[in-house]
Amino acid sequence: MLLIPCPNCGPRDETEFHYGGQAHVPYPENPNELTDTEWSRYLFYRENPKGIFVERWVHSTGCRQWFNMLRDTVSYDIQAVYPMGVPRPAAPLPPAADTGTASTGAASTTPLSPSTAPEGATK
Amino acid sequence: MSTQHLPEHPDFLWRNPEPKSSYDAVIVGGGGHGLATAYFLAKNHGMTNIAVLEKGWLAGGNMARNTTIIRSNYLWDESAAIYEHALKLWEILPEELEYDFLFSQRGVMNLAHTLGDVRESIRRVGANKLNGVDAEWLDPQQVKELCPILNIRDNIRYPVMGATYQPRAGIAKHDHVAWAFARKCDEMGVDIIQNCEVTGFLKDGERVVGVKTSRGTINTEKVGLCAAGHSSVLAEMAGFQLPIQSHPLQALVSELHEPVHPTVVMSNHVHVYVSQAHKGELVMGAGVDSYNGYGQRGSFHVIEQQMAAAVELFPIFARAHVLRTWGGIVDTTLDASPIVGLTPVENMFVNCGWGTGGFKGTPAAGMTFAHTVATGAPHKLNQPFSLERFETGALIDEHGAAAVAH
Repeated sequence: MLLIPCPNCGPRDETEFHYGGQAHVPYPENPNELTDTEWSRYLFYRENPKGIFVERWVHSTGCRQWFNMLRDTVSYDIQAVYPMGVPRPAAPLPPAADTGTASTGAASTTPLSPSTAPEGATK
Repeated sequence: MSTQHLPEHPDFLWRNPEPKSSYDAVIVGGGGHGLATAYFLAKNHGMTNIAVLEKGWLAGGNMARNTTIIRSNYLWDESAAIYEHALKLWEILPEELEYDFLFSQRGVMNLAHTLGDVRESIRRVGANKLNGVDAEWLDPQQVKELCPILNIRDNIRYPVMGATYQPRAGIAKHDHVAWAFARKCDEMGVDIIQNCEVTGFLKDGERVVGVKTSRGTINTEKVGLCAAGHSSVLAEMAGFQLPIQSHPLQALVSELHEPVHPTVVMSNHVHVYVSQAHKGELVMGAGVDSYNGYGQRGSFHVIEQQMAAAVELFPIFARAHVLRTWGGIVDTTLDASPIVGLTPVENMFVNCGWGTGGFKGTPAAGMTFAHTVATGAPHKLNQPFSLERFETGALIDEHGAAAVAH
């Protein structure tokens, strides 16, 4: 189970959260002007990287707030959390340490301090 | 429960050739779908100068990780057509491949737990019958008669209010299916190349002309992608995108038990599906983990929820032990239907998006995709599953409709 560092509540079990998929997908400004191809891109196409993914989570049974997270889709290590509306922290972030703890992204807006770093978050 | 003995573990069934410098076609992915595609390319289209490239070992991905359920009771016409074709192929393949992979047609039951479930299920039974798919609606007493270990009392959280039943559905030995295809491919001259990872594609303008691999460059006229969870990664190498999200999907087995479970039981509502393998393990699968992942593992609470549901439905399982859990990477689409057909890259074809239910589709995926690779055009069974449907809006929405346990 992931141990997710909620920016408001601190580290909590994954079961308290719901997943929101890729972050930073804005609603098209003028949807009526889009071609079918462009509209299908907006509706159905999302990034699916093997590696760092920028995604949304909501702390459903806690503060009920949405936030963004950078997570490695192979190691599942959580690299940074940051508020909605803030641009994605500049990548690349260093790879996660072998200890299984989340690494602290130097460039992230909310680097994980040791107190919020999920110990063995993905085990 | 089968009283058949498993076949003896065979000697080597295929060669391990060095990759040649060029092939008429290259299939990327040595799982069930890749091997079935190669088999039908050789058998139906006479294309034997072809290779199957596998990053790891043969059938070591989802082909070794699925819960082996085979059924065709899908709601929509397009799905029923391709999955029923697959089921008919499953019925003749052991003879055709000269390899008994123990396809056991013990039936599959899809439980209904709510009034909504009941209505959808009865509708699906009707749709199945119209499409020539065997289907029955069972009331709780009939459910109990077919599967006596199921708890049909009405005081549980999700009581059994009935079930759909497809008698011709069942399970098979997935490893043996892969080996059966691989042996026949090899006999016909297909090169199966393991430990050969695709690292890029060679293109001449918009046309693919070769594959870069960890074992050198291979020139080819046609490329077929059968890489399931890694389809997006390959598509990106080739310069296009797929509407796919890769998720972990978990399953588990218990220790061996006496035969107690005569059929296959699936519950869409509580997200568990259960059968008893030929040797006696209880085999159970869950729904996908919510997050994107390529880690071939998921979160434990998914297993825990699945076990809670299983024990409530099958009180006899309470004393069984989880022996092993694992995860695979499934390539999900938003309409829970596969993507088979042409891509924006000329001479490159894709077979992906089978998500949580690819095993049952293996023979039909292979047969129709081989047609597409050989002729450069869709097969009438895979035409509705083209990439274009996301632009035209002609989706085949099997989410919740087809007893898809997602």
